[in-house]
Amino acid sequence: MTTTISADVAIIGGGPAGLTAAADLASRTRARVVVLEREQEAGGIPRHSDHLGYGIRDKRRFTTGPRYARRLVDEALAAGADLRTETMVTSWDGTDMLVTSPEGRARVEATAIVLATGARERPRPARMIPGSRPAGVLTTGELQNTVHLHHRTVGSRAVVVGGELVSWSAVMTLKEAGCRTEALVTSHAAPESYAVFNLGGRVMFRPRLVTGHRVVQVLGRRRVEGVEVEDIATGRREVLPCDTVVFTGDWIPDHELARSAGIALDRGTRGPLVDPLGRTGREGVFAAGNLVHPVDTADVAALGGQHVARSVARFLDGEPMPHVAPLRVVGDAPFAWVTPGLFHPRLPAPARSRLETWVTEFVRVPRVTVRQDGRVLTRRALPWPASPGRVFRVPWNVLDGADPNGGPIHLSL
Amino acid sequence: MTTYDITIIGAGVVGTAIARALSRRDLSVALVDSADDVGEGTSKANTAILHTGFDAKPGTLESRLVSRGYALLSDYAAQTGIPLERTGAVLVAWTEEELGNLPGLRDRAIENGYDRCELLTAEEVYTAVPSLGPGALGGLAVPDESIICPWTPSIAYATEAVENGAALLLGREVCGIEVGPEETVVRTTAGDVHTRWLINAAGLGADVLDRELGYDRFTVTPRRGELLVFDKLASSMLDKIVLPVPSKLGKGVLVSPTVYGNIMLGPTAQDLDDKTATQTSESGFEFLLSKGERLMPQLFDEEVTTAYAGLRAAVDHGDYLIDADAAQRYVLVGGIRSTGLTSSMAIAEHVEDLLRDAGVALEPRAQVAEPPRMPMIGERFTRPYQREDLIAADPEYGRIVCFCERVTAGEIRDALTSTVPAVDRGGVSRRTRATNGRCQAFYCGAAVDSCIAAAREESR
Ligand SMILES: Cc1cc2nc3c(=O)[nH]c(=O)nc-3n(C[C@H](O)[C@H](O)[C@H](O)COP(=O)(O)OP(=O)(O)OC[C@H]3O[C@@H](n4cnc5c(N)ncnc54)[C@H](O)[C@@H]3O)c2cc1C
Ligand SMILES: Cc1cc2nc3c(=O)[nH]c(=O)nc-3n(C[C@H](O)[C@H](O)[C@H](O)COP(=O)(O)OP(=O)(O)OC[C@H]3O[C@@H](n4cnc5c(N)ncnc54)[C@H](O)[C@@H]3O)c2cc1C
Repeated sequence: MTTTISADVAIIGGGPAGLTAAADLASRTRARVVVLEREQEAGGIPRHSDHLGYGIRDKRRFTTGPRYARRLVDEALAAGADLRTETMVTSWDGTDMLVTSPEGRARVEATAIVLATGARERPRPARMIPGSRPAGVLTTGELQNTVHLHHRTVGSRAVVVGGELVSWSAVMTLKEAGCRTEALVTSHAAPESYAVFNLGGRVMFRPRLVTGHRVVQVLGRRRVEGVEVEDIATGRREVLPCDTVVFTGDWIPDHELARSAGIALDRGTRGPLVDPLGRTGREGVFAAGNLVHPVDTADVAALGGQHVARSVARFLDGEPMPHVAPLRVVGDAPFAWVTPGLFHPRLPAPARSRLETWVTEFVRVPRVTVRQDGRVLTRRALPWPASPGRVFRVPWNVLDGADPNGGPIHLSL
Repeated sequence: MTTYDITIIGAGVVGTAIARALSRRDLSVALVDSADDVGEGTSKANTAILHTGFDAKPGTLESRLVSRGYALLSDYAAQTGIPLERTGAVLVAWTEEELGNLPGLRDRAIENGYDRCELLTAEEVYTAVPSLGPGALGGLAVPDESIICPWTPSIAYATEAVENGAALLLGREVCGIEVGPEETVVRTTAGDVHTRWLINAAGLGADVLDRELGYDRFTVTPRRGELLVFDKLASSMLDKIVLPVPSKLGKGVLVSPTVYGNIMLGPTAQDLDDKTATQTSESGFEFLLSKGERLMPQLFDEEVTTAYAGLRAAVDHGDYLIDADAAQRYVLVGGIRSTGLTSSMAIAEHVEDLLRDAGVALEPRAQVAEPPRMPMIGERFTRPYQREDLIAADPEYGRIVCFCERVTAGEIRDALTSTVPAVDRGGVSRRTRATNGRCQAFYCGAAVDSCIAAAREESR
């Protein structure tokens, strides 16, 4: 017989966002909180991201992924959350939620649900890169799982595709696995997108930076022998020999459950469309972490989880929330997405009072323009560059002054 | 030294089907392939349709064997648990000329022994397939076209053959054949195989081996077909096969659900020289993009889960080339281009007829194994992770390793220890679907590799 897991709050996904939400709810409220995590251990991506760079904003520490993950797990358990690992939510149509674990099948019954299922990198086929299908084609996720959790080796010469923060994480893991990164390929023209890592990263690893190029083909029969790249400006092609190719970044939220439950998505992020409280279009269902911002650092995901936990607590308390029809917030090019995608002057600010955004072009001195119905609400110069490959943060108060009865709010640069 | 009664070269869907049939006779059978697993050639990369044969060329051997194979494999699938769904197909006309060809196609279907086709108006076409792009002028319903798992049949046939005592000799490329008065010596990269009868079911390599026996009667041209597989989240868009009107160039580009819950678009058709050219190409993708956007515009809102290419063994001959040479105790099974999955069991039956005619005694084996129960990997059937009873008996069936495809540790273990075991990641994925999902091993690749390594250690 199918058993029942019942709780006040069911959190799906035990990564930084889900665990932080669980710890907050379990310690600050009397709600029964269950976290459903499909992996053998909770912690999410940081578990296998074995390098420094975690915990800065939320824990005021500078620690490694696995240590950070363990700390989040310990805190959620200490707060009294029920953490179920090897428990995967396999289906949810909006009412019936089913899980599979070694204990069997179970039905989940909860008053509130928090989706914190994270994001994954687009693998090579999703990028529609033709060629053969040899061994040695990886994503950063698979690479780090292989090296850090399964202690297995990869090849000896790699090409890393992508110019995001995560691309450098891949380079570091390759180095640890004794695999040299021959080249980093990115379609972006300016190596500025690597700014943060230029100092440490370039000096330590010195891979060739192949900017303004796209990958047109993977070569090799049994094992990768190289990738063919094309100069986007000139069309000139060359083969970069390697035995391993890592496709990094290019994130897509793990939105399967949100979609199967019929929850509206944001066309930009492809995650659920949320308001500043983290509420989705379905009553009692919230979303946090990389599922709504694909992809930011773990500390930001964690703080987002905490923010949503506060909204969930208010919801469980029956505290009335303003009943408003929020406005859509839309990013025009070069914005790929902005989140939260909903605004209303009577709703509180989102986590960290920031709009999280993603751009497709490097802009050294960005001036954000906010328009509604053709009228300019705000123009604001920001002191940090907008760089593809990492989140570009915009203060929430640029939206102040929007007319609650007007049309969608548009952001541009 | 063993001398087999019958040796089959080629462990694709055709060779394994023949091995299965002959293993049920009182004969000793060997099945040889250069690959390390069965079904590693064209049989692993096709469009996975169980054809009714409605559009075959009437009167050909292919027409007869496809129609018979459809019935045989439908039954076998039910017995063994090969995923099969009778979705039906709608053949869509996009031009006046194509529209004009539809009645002829219906008549041809009748000539092929299939009388359930029905002409559809444009409106009926859109009722049957609401997500179809604009511009369809009419159609033909083929209610019995079906989708099938392309991988399980070869594995099931081989499993049954091995359970009936056949020798599965993998990892041996045949590099020479010497026909003697009493027996034939098959030279392979891992030693000789002695046999009385030889069956050449070597797919793309059949012409080369045929020449070893002194023939020069056909040339296999690899005709590549590339395919795109879309995310399972697209599955609600389509519940039927959508076929184009066939032309001289072949069956054309179709969109179809798959038994794993995806939507598939393809195949292209491009003649090549290289029999190993199974890579996908820029031009192939562009072509599929343009076709797909017309056929089903919303399809490209979804992610592509995977892309692959298969090589049809095209021959300069309008039909299957199946022929027995009693003097050399040799049967050629060649030119099984684009329908071999469907016809596999009927080809085996036909080969038995040819052997019988040539005087080979085909007495039933005293004790034959039951058809094997294969692991259920069809999306619309009950999978192990959904089975309370299985998980209660063995919690490994509740331990999901591949999240996208919901594949459990129990199934991966079974794949690595079964009668015809998986030996690499591709083998595990064809038996379980692990790593075939939308993340393409982001989450589970390393875990699956570790299971394979552990199984290798154990078998040492
Ligand atoms: C290679 C790499 C390097 C990085 N380096 C850094 C860094 O140095 N510093 C930093 O701050 N950030 C870094 N990040 C980003 C950081 O890891 C993420 O921002 C963070 O993990 C996001 O947290 P999350 O909780 O939203 O999602 P995740 O960590 O992805 O967690 C989601 C969890 O949900 C589970 N889940 C999903 N679906 C289901 C389901 N149906 N049932 C049950 N469970 C489910 C998953 O198994 C997973 O554990 C890096 C990311 C990568 C990929
Ligand atoms: C794109 C595409 C779409 C198709 N769609 C369908 C469909 O929808 N429905 C359908 O019914 N059919 C379809 N087909 C056709 C079907 O896939 C083939 O007819 C069938 O797989 C042929 O099986 P086979 O056993 O003859 O060949 P293969 O599977 O190629 O097997 C031949 C085997 O012989 C081995 N071999 C060759 N030479 C040697 C040697 N010298 N020594 C040792 N071993 C050797 C190879 O390793 C290989 O394993 C399609 C084909 C393609 C390419």
